[in-house]
Amino acid sequence: MNYFRLAVAGVVLTAGFAAAAQATTLETVKQRGKLLCGVTTGLAGFGAPNDQGQWSGLDIDLCKGVATAVFGDPTKVEFKPLNAEQRFTALQSGEVDMLARNSTWTLHRDTGLGLDFVAVNFYDGQGFMVKKELGVKSALELKGATVCVQEGTSTEKNLGDFDKVNNLGMKPVKFKENDQARGTYDEGRCDAYTTDASGLAAERTALKNPDDNIILPEIISKEPLGPVVRHGDNQWGDIVRWTHYVTLIAEEKGITQANIDDVKAKNAAGTDGADPEVQRMLGVTDKLGEEMGLTNDWAYNVIKAVGNYGEIFDRNVGPKTPLKLERGLNALWSKGGLQYAPPYN
Amino acid sequence: MADISADTTANNNLNAQMEPGLRPSLPPPTLETGAVGWLRHNLFSSWVNAILTVLALYILYLIIPPFLAWAVFDATWTVPPLAAGVEDHPPQFADCRANAGACWIFVEARLPQFVYGFYTAEQRWRVDIVFLILAVSIFGLLSERIKRKKELAIFFFAIFPILAFWLLYGGLGLEVVETRLWGGFMLTLILSGIGIVFSLPLGVLLALGRRSDLPVVHMLCVVMIEFVRGVPLITILFMANVMLPFFLPPGVEFNVLLRVLLGVTIFAAAYMAEVVRGGLQALPKGQYEGAMAMGLGYWQMMRLIILPQALRIAIPGIVNNFISLTQDTTLVAIVGLYDFLNIVRAGSRDTNWLGTEIEGYVFCALVYWIFCFAMSRYSMHLERKLHTGHKKR
Repeated sequence: MNYFRLAVAGVVLTAGFAAAAQATTLETVKQRGKLLCGVTTGLAGFGAPNDQGQWSGLDIDLCKGVATAVFGDPTKVEFKPLNAEQRFTALQSGEVDMLARNSTWTLHRDTGLGLDFVAVNFYDGQGFMVKKELGVKSALELKGATVCVQEGTSTEKNLGDFDKVNNLGMKPVKFKENDQARGTYDEGRCDAYTTDASGLAAERTALKNPDDNIILPEIISKEPLGPVVRHGDNQWGDIVRWTHYVTLIAEEKGITQANIDDVKAKNAAGTDGADPEVQRMLGVTDKLGEEMGLTNDWAYNVIKAVGNYGEIFDRNVGPKTPLKLERGLNALWSKGGLQYAPPYN
Repeated sequence: MADISADTTANNNLNAQMEPGLRPSLPPPTLETGAVGWLRHNLFSSWVNAILTVLALYILYLIIPPFLAWAVFDATWTVPPLAAGVEDHPPQFADCRANAGACWIFVEARLPQFVYGFYTAEQRWRVDIVFLILAVSIFGLLSERIKRKKELAIFFFAIFPILAFWLLYGGLGLEVVETRLWGGFMLTLILSGIGIVFSLPLGVLLALGRRSDLPVVHMLCVVMIEFVRGVPLITILFMANVMLPFFLPPGVEFNVLLRVLLGVTIFAAAYMAEVVRGGLQALPKGQYEGAMAMGLGYWQMMRLIILPQALRIAIPGIVNNFISLTQDTTLVAIVGLYDFLNIVRAGSRDTNWLGTEIEGYVFCALVYWIFCFAMSRYSMHLERKLHTGHKKR
């Protein structure tokens, strides 16, 4: 398998050099007239077709944001559903311009595959769910428990590591598909069920009696999920990274999809009490957008189209959706989370 | 004892009253006829069979009532009215929580998507027209009451594909709907339909080629058939989608649907060739010799004498291939196409519909079963109609 990967990486690098000589990703995208965004084939809250057949989700909104940054129009994007095996080769071979496909940022993927992770739009981590009646308050109390888990995933590996480190003697019950693992847990054949915390929240809504189950506080792994671009085209990486960052800055500054026009009016050039950073970001002063190869009001367009990060989060996975996820690690740094954007200067 | 003697007397009376040979037949013993007789013969003919019957009944009892309760009696069929204090929201899985059974409103809410995939909503009438023409012409082709088969066949095999492509894809005055938007049941029909229509003639040609005396043709056909049969369909699809892009210059992109159609057709044709070859080999040599003695050329012999008989023999195998092809089309899910099964599965990954996987799978199973069962019934009908004494019973 490793030889295979090496071979693939070799082909990719050659192809990459050839491509680099031709045109930048931004030029290619502009010429094509639409962004090709690799997304999940269906994951609740991150990307799935809704009843009207429109793709929606956290990752989908990031794609729309990048499309807006480039074209000023969130509809100029084509979603390419990719499964776990296809996703990186599709990006390497140029079949898509970027991935926003709940992919975990790891060293090997960042360095060995000729790819770059440019931001983290969702901090996830593996957790446990148990039945309330079990009376367990912490994952460390799961001594000798049977745990339903999906086979062949990093989830399974993390469970083994956690078990070994804490000497719990857990018995994993493995399943090919996540919904089988959840279904078996629901029937009571496992004491606990483990997957990523966002997944736990999602799967909980599918249980017979969701309120009889609790998610334990321990998070046993780091799963930073974020957009990926090809190695070597830094301008394009910057655009994707800063598309995520401007949604964070907007939330920090209290700029929403609804009030952005008011904010822009209040921060018009020469106004007293205007916020210089907001002025720069909305393209009122300076020409920072042009440095990136975009228009100066690109950030205005992005926020107008998809809203700030808080709005994106709430719309797709937040407390008002069936997933009911809390912000947790994904809160702004100023509110105790990890989402932190460098200044727009 | 008294009864028996009474019976004997009655029989004697009967004998006495009737002339020999005129006595009406007695009805068969009640234990051998009607429902009781059928049960005795089919279900309780021996102790082993009786035990198996009881066991089977018990298993059915374990399965069927709970399934019916889930699928019918306890199921949610319509969106319940909004409870007090609940915000208005699109239909979702939570609406089904009041009932223990299946959540059929999932299928209701998603039905258009299951049928048309991502096809532009305003343009779906075009798909409807294609469906309609397809249904009418298939009925026309298969029904015995409709004459003028030749014209119909020319329309169906030559004009209809072009017409259907124009209607589905667009151009020439119609809005273009790209193939990446095609999906759902429509895509499944397109894939299996094209696979079926093209794999049979291609398979016949391959089979004839394999039995040909021309060494080059023979070798080419053997290599082709054996190579394709030696590789699983999923591998062909995967290679076409994951590896092919590496060997093409960046930016060059084949239409995925076209790649898949090509793969599926070639794959089905290779299998079809072997089924047809089985039919060809089942014909006695005398048929060939007779045809040649009549002075027929190769193609005349094949068209008039050999193929009609060979294909008739091969009907069960051919239909078998059609059915498995229809089911194989679900494999296109791995190349990112949303066929019927895949779009149903994606539907239950929507935030609002988490937990409806089983409903989706049951619905899919039902639809696939209806189609495949219809095909198999038609093949049985065809066999009966064409049977010329080869049949066993």
